[in-house]
Amino acid sequence: MTDFRLPLGSLVESFVDYITETFDFLFVFIRAVFDGAYESIEYVLGEPPFWAIMLVLGALAFGIRGWKFAVGTIVGLVVILGVDQWDNAMDTLALVLVASVLTIAISVPLGILAAKSNLASNIIRPVLDFMQTMPAFVYLIPALILFRVGVVPGIVATIIFAMAPGVRLTELGIRSVDKEVVEAGQAFGASPWRILRQIQLPLATPTIMAGINQVIMLSLSMVVIAGMVGAGGLGAEVVASLNRIDIALGFEAGLSVVILAIFLDRITASLGDTHSTGMFGSIRVVLRGRKQTDAAPSSVPALAPTQPARV
Amino acid sequence: MTESNTAPIAVKADHLYKAFGRRPHEIVKKLKAGKNRDELSSLGVAAVIDASFEVKKGEIFVVMGLSGSGKSTLIRMLNGLWDTTSGTVTVGETNITDISAKELREVRRKSISMVFQHFALLPHRTVIDNVAYGLEIQGMGRDERLAKAQTIIDLVGLAGWAENLPSELSGGMQQRVGLGRALAADTDVLLMDEAFSALDPLIRREMQEQLIELQAALGKTIIFITHDLNEAMFLGDRIAVMRDGRIVQIGTPEEILTDPANDYVAQFVQDVDRARVLTAASVMEPVRSVITKTAGPRAALRTMRDLQTSVTFVLNRDRSFAGIVRDRDVLKLVKRGETDLRSIIRDDATAVLPDTALVDLVEPSVESELPIAVVDEKNRLLGVIPRVTLLAAIGNVTTNTGPLPVVMPPATISISQITDVLGESADDTHLATEGARA
Repeated sequence: MTDFRLPLGSLVESFVDYITETFDFLFVFIRAVFDGAYESIEYVLGEPPFWAIMLVLGALAFGIRGWKFAVGTIVGLVVILGVDQWDNAMDTLALVLVASVLTIAISVPLGILAAKSNLASNIIRPVLDFMQTMPAFVYLIPALILFRVGVVPGIVATIIFAMAPGVRLTELGIRSVDKEVVEAGQAFGASPWRILRQIQLPLATPTIMAGINQVIMLSLSMVVIAGMVGAGGLGAEVVASLNRIDIALGFEAGLSVVILAIFLDRITASLGDTHSTGMFGSIRVVLRGRKQTDAAPSSVPALAPTQPARV
Repeated sequence: MTESNTAPIAVKADHLYKAFGRRPHEIVKKLKAGKNRDELSSLGVAAVIDASFEVKKGEIFVVMGLSGSGKSTLIRMLNGLWDTTSGTVTVGETNITDISAKELREVRRKSISMVFQHFALLPHRTVIDNVAYGLEIQGMGRDERLAKAQTIIDLVGLAGWAENLPSELSGGMQQRVGLGRALAADTDVLLMDEAFSALDPLIRREMQEQLIELQAALGKTIIFITHDLNEAMFLGDRIAVMRDGRIVQIGTPEEILTDPANDYVAQFVQDVDRARVLTAASVMEPVRSVITKTAGPRAALRTMRDLQTSVTFVLNRDRSFAGIVRDRDVLKLVKRGETDLRSIIRDDATAVLPDTALVDLVEPSVESELPIAVVDEKNRLLGVIPRVTLLAAIGNVTTNTGPLPVVMPPATISISQITDVLGESADDTHLATEGARA
């Protein structure tokens, strides 16, 4: 064969080396911020007794989806407790929350930008394709070099991995808002910012929430992989069970991940659905119903009669 | 908002072009050089070509054309939703073509609002918040704008629905909200883009009538886009007919109907409900059979004999319309030797004003064989509309192809009989022998 070989790998390697040296201060700063965010969330979730967290999550489940889901949540959490994975689960939950919030904070504005500008959309799309299809483990390598072993490379890799659906669905949501309604905003003299805030974002909410749901689910799966670089939590247990070929531990840790995943998925899916059946939804319906009966006479004709114009 | 013949110009479009494609300016340049639209289809689409018109304050100006004729593009250039490729748009005093985005928003807030085909309401806001939307953007305080929105809601017939969401309303009611939103913004000019096209026919008719009432009361300038010629004819003070991006004719509904600029317009208007557009004045015929009240029965009878009709119109001395007389009655009078027509004048002939639509003439025409009298505000007889003329006008049949005058109703007494009577009572000797038979 020939000696032809593209030196792509070594190019990227020297690029990462260069970045590491030049922007070291930046990475130190990012590490401090991410670490701090994770520590505080972890403290909030890990410090109180397990029953307090269970009650809070159960109440959240009741408020958003109703009592059936609340019962399911409590049962699931008891199972996690029962297989002795509670602390790991709370670590993982904290990791997912931090990574998801950061991902959403980056991906939603990027999605808005992509929706507003075709140029931005054309640049962002291939980058997202790259980020989404590159095997997730690969991110761990530079992240490890840049941020050292620990939670932070896990969070960074998670953000890169989970960002794509957030950006894509935000762009899709905003682009598919009825054009005429946007034109109506323009025709009455609303500024672009106002149209975004009052028309495009509210109408795109269900789609954006679907994106956020996907972000959280992807974060959870990536957080497990991040266990390999010392991110701790359930991921570390899964990695340990893999090394030790420990089926029992693997199943228990894996099941705990599944329970967390179902909980997070159902919660975020309900937030996007405006007709949710939970308590918050009912309150909304009751409030609107009351206003309506105040304002409308009981026998409003199907079509209000034409009234002579008077000014 | 006073209306007069010299009303100021509310919106002016001056040689507007709009082309879509990679190089729109090149398309426009070639169009100006005389190329036609189809030759340039490889470069892009010329949506609007050389459109110029002026809309007077307080006018309903309808732009009519089939889909793809460029009317929606045209209306979106009038409030700057789309840039013009060439040409200028003036709203009120402001040339909106070259102003900044900020100034353009200011013009939209204060001078020109819009009603959309599919309503374009904000689905997450209640009716009253939708109606108040324009006011909110204008920066009006919450209480003030809700109070104003409430009066508009009552005005458009939605009282009691203020707190509902748009999705809880029928299509017609949703468009009332859309109309209310535009009215509440209190701009001089209203753009209506196929505003009633998505409604079913009964609701559409009701909305059209209400729009005309509102326009009469508020004196807004309305630019209305439609593909429905009947709607255009019903609403429009003037109509611009568009085809393939060009305005092919601008005129009043009657001008377009009676004097189409080309075959396309003619073909288009052949399906229109002529009875609703044409007015009495445009089809009436000169009065032939007419006498003054003081002329007496003999003169009346002679007129009817000469024209071979059984009825003649009678005028007062000031030329105002007094009524009709029938030949049989006159004949009796003449036989009795009376000289005063007044006792036999009937007032059962229908008199209408010149701007009455033909559709309103059908019923009186069915009920009575008498021609319908067309009179002005001072009750002066301007013309008559016999049944045949009415039918010909509605059926778009020309009546002026033959020399035969339209006579209605035909005489019921033979000429010789009348002549006999006239001759007998005049003691006309050379007719005496024949007169003896009568």
